[in-house]
Amino acid sequence: MAPHERRQVAVVAFGQSDHLRTTDELSEVEMLMPVLHEVLAATGLKTSDIGFTCSGSSDYLAGRAFSFTMALDGVGAWPPISESHVEMDGAWALYEAWVKLQTGEADTALVYSYGKSSPGSVRDVLTRQLDPYYVAPLWPDSVALAALQAQALIDAGETDEPALAGVASRSRTAAAANPHAQLKGPVAQGEYAVRPLRTGDCPPVGDGAAAVILAAGERARELCERPAWIRGIDHRIEAHGLGVRDLTDSPSTRLAAERAGVFERPVDTAELHAPFTSQEVVLRKALSLADDVAVNPSGGALAANPMMAAGLIRIGEAAARIHRGDSDRAVAHATSGPCLQQNLVAVLEGETRV
Amino acid sequence: MTSVPSPEVLRAPLVVEFPFTRSLGPVQSAFLTGLRERTVLGVRTGDGRTLVPPVEYDPVTAEEIRDLVEVAATGTVTTWAWNHEPRRGQPLDTPFAWVLVRLDGADTALLHALDAPGPDAVRSGMRVRVRWAAERVGAITDIACFEPYEGEAAQAGTAPHTGAFDDPVTGIVAAARLDYTYAPGRAQSAYIHALSDRRTVGERCPSCRKVYVPPRGACPTCGVATAERVEVGPRGTVTTYCIVNIKAKNLDIEVPYVYAHIALDGADLALHARIAGIPYDEVRMGLRVEPVWTEGGRYPDHYRPTGEPDADYDTYKELV
Repeated sequence: MAPHERRQVAVVAFGQSDHLRTTDELSEVEMLMPVLHEVLAATGLKTSDIGFTCSGSSDYLAGRAFSFTMALDGVGAWPPISESHVEMDGAWALYEAWVKLQTGEADTALVYSYGKSSPGSVRDVLTRQLDPYYVAPLWPDSVALAALQAQALIDAGETDEPALAGVASRSRTAAAANPHAQLKGPVAQGEYAVRPLRTGDCPPVGDGAAAVILAAGERARELCERPAWIRGIDHRIEAHGLGVRDLTDSPSTRLAAERAGVFERPVDTAELHAPFTSQEVVLRKALSLADDVAVNPSGGALAANPMMAAGLIRIGEAAARIHRGDSDRAVAHATSGPCLQQNLVAVLEGETRV
Repeated sequence: MTSVPSPEVLRAPLVVEFPFTRSLGPVQSAFLTGLRERTVLGVRTGDGRTLVPPVEYDPVTAEEIRDLVEVAATGTVTTWAWNHEPRRGQPLDTPFAWVLVRLDGADTALLHALDAPGPDAVRSGMRVRVRWAAERVGAITDIACFEPYEGEAAQAGTAPHTGAFDDPVTGIVAAARLDYTYAPGRAQSAYIHALSDRRTVGERCPSCRKVYVPPRGACPTCGVATAERVEVGPRGTVTTYCIVNIKAKNLDIEVPYVYAHIALDGADLALHARIAGIPYDEVRMGLRVEPVWTEGGRYPDHYRPTGEPDADYDTYKELV
C-alpha cells in the first residue's frame, strides 16, 4: 500500500504501570486495569467506544494456558467486543491494530500488553521460544545468547566493555526522570552474568503493563491535542538459526526501518528496545542514528523490561514525547526473540506547531 | 460494604512439565540419526553454501533443500560466552563456554557448549572438536559438548551423503520443565482464604452491581475493578448440570456423577461443583443445594440437596 492510500493513524494516549521486581499481590488483570483506565481517561473514551482491542502477552510467563483470557476481564469484554491477541510483545499487537484501522472497520483501537516475569525464571522460560530440535534441548538462557552476540561485537571491534558500561550508565541515568522505571540512576556494572556481559549490561527482571490508544484521522485530533502520527510501521524477521545470522548486524531492523520511512528525514528521538547494552550498538548501526539523536530518554529496556510490554512501551514513550512537544519525529523499535531476531520499527511524527 | 483488610497474599509452587513429542522431517531425521552414528551432516543450499545444523528450507530463498553432505567433527569457534554458573538442563554442570562453532566444511555455525578450564582458555577462532556422548539416541545432546582441539580438520572438505541410516530416528521427545511460584493476586487470595474458613466471598461491581464469584478483581462487563467484598451462599441453586460417565485418572469418584453450575444465593455468576447425596438421575435444574466440607478440607468437597422446594425458573434464568 502506497503511503498516500493509507489512513493516517496516531497514538493518542499511552499509559504504563510502575515496573516492579515482583507484584505478588496483584493478578495480571489487577496489574493491568489501572493502566487501561489511564488511557481511557486521557481520551475520555469508554471501553464500549473502542472499535478494536488487541493485546500481547505470553502463557509461558504466566505458566498457564490461555492466560490472556483472564486479562480480558479488565477491558469489559461482555457484551462481545472485537478483540485479538498476539503471543508476543504488545508492539506487534499495535501493528495488528494499525492494520485493522487501515481496513476502515474501526476508528479507534485499544492496545495493551503485560507480563509478570516474577513467578518464574525468565532466563529459563525464554529458552522455550527457541528451535525445539537443535537449540532448546541445550537450555541456552537469554543472557547467554545475548552474551554470544556481545562477544561477536567485541571481536568485530564494534564495541568493548567500557563502551557497553557507558550505554548502561547513560540509560539508567536517563531513567532517573522516569517515574515508572524499575532501575533508576547509576547502577554498578557488577560481576559477569555470562561473560562478556555483566549484570549492569542486562535488563532488570520485573512485572509491568502498558496500554496505548490508536485513532484514525480526525478522530485522533478530537482525542489528543498533538497526536503522534504513525507515518510508517514495518516488522521483519531473520533466520531462526543463530549460526546462520551475522550477530553483529540487524538487517531485519534496517529493512523494517527503510520500509517504515525512517531514512527519509532525520529523527530527533529513538526509543530502542535493546534489553542488553550490546544490542543498542547493533540497533544504532542498523538505524544509522546520528549522534545528536536522543536515544532512550526513558531509560529504555535497561531501566525496565517487563516482558511482552517493553516493546509497546518504546512506541508509547516515543509517542508521549511527541504529545508533550519534546519530539517532532521519533523512531520506535521493538524486538522479540533471541539476539534481536524479530524487529518492528515505527516512525512517529507530530504536526508542526504554530 | 465490608472493609476487610487484605489477607496475606497466597503463593504456591507451580510446576509445568510436558514431554513435547515432535516428528522430524527428512533433513532433521538424517541429521539427528547421523549424530547417533557419530556423523555430522549439513545441507547444501542452491548457491552452494553448507548449513550445519541443516534445515529443510533455505533461510534466504525459502527453497526446499535436501542435498546432504557430511562435514567434519572439528571446527572453529566463531563467538563464545563464558557461563560460570550452569543452569538446569544445560550440557555441562561445571563452568563452560557457550560457543557457536563453524564445523570444517560448513558455512554456518552450530550452538553448543565448550568444555574448557576457564575463560582465558577460550577465544574466537580457536579450534575445537566434538566430544560425543557415551550413549547416543538421535538428539542434539548426542554431542556431549565441544573440547579444545589443536589440529587440522578431521577430514578434508565435504562429501555427499545419502542421509540413509539403519533404523532412522523419526521423532524426538523434547522434555520441558518450568518452575513457577503462583500468586493468585488480591481478589482470588481473598476468595481462597475465605473458603478455608468455610465461607464463600464474591466481589460486587461498583458499576453494574453484579456480584462475581469467584472474584477475579474485575467486572468483565464494565471493565472496572471490583473491590466490595460480599459473602454469598452458602446455599444455592443448580442452574444446569451434566452427568459424567468417564472416570478421570487419579480421581477417586465413582461414575456416573453430576457436575453442575450452581448459583449461590446473592451471586450473579454461577460457579461449578459436584453434586452428591442424591441419585445422579434425580439432579435437576432448580435443585436447591448446600456445600459439604470434609474434615480439614480447604474448599467444599461437593454440594448436596438442602431439601427445600426447587427454585422457580424465573429466579435463576439469567444465570443459566
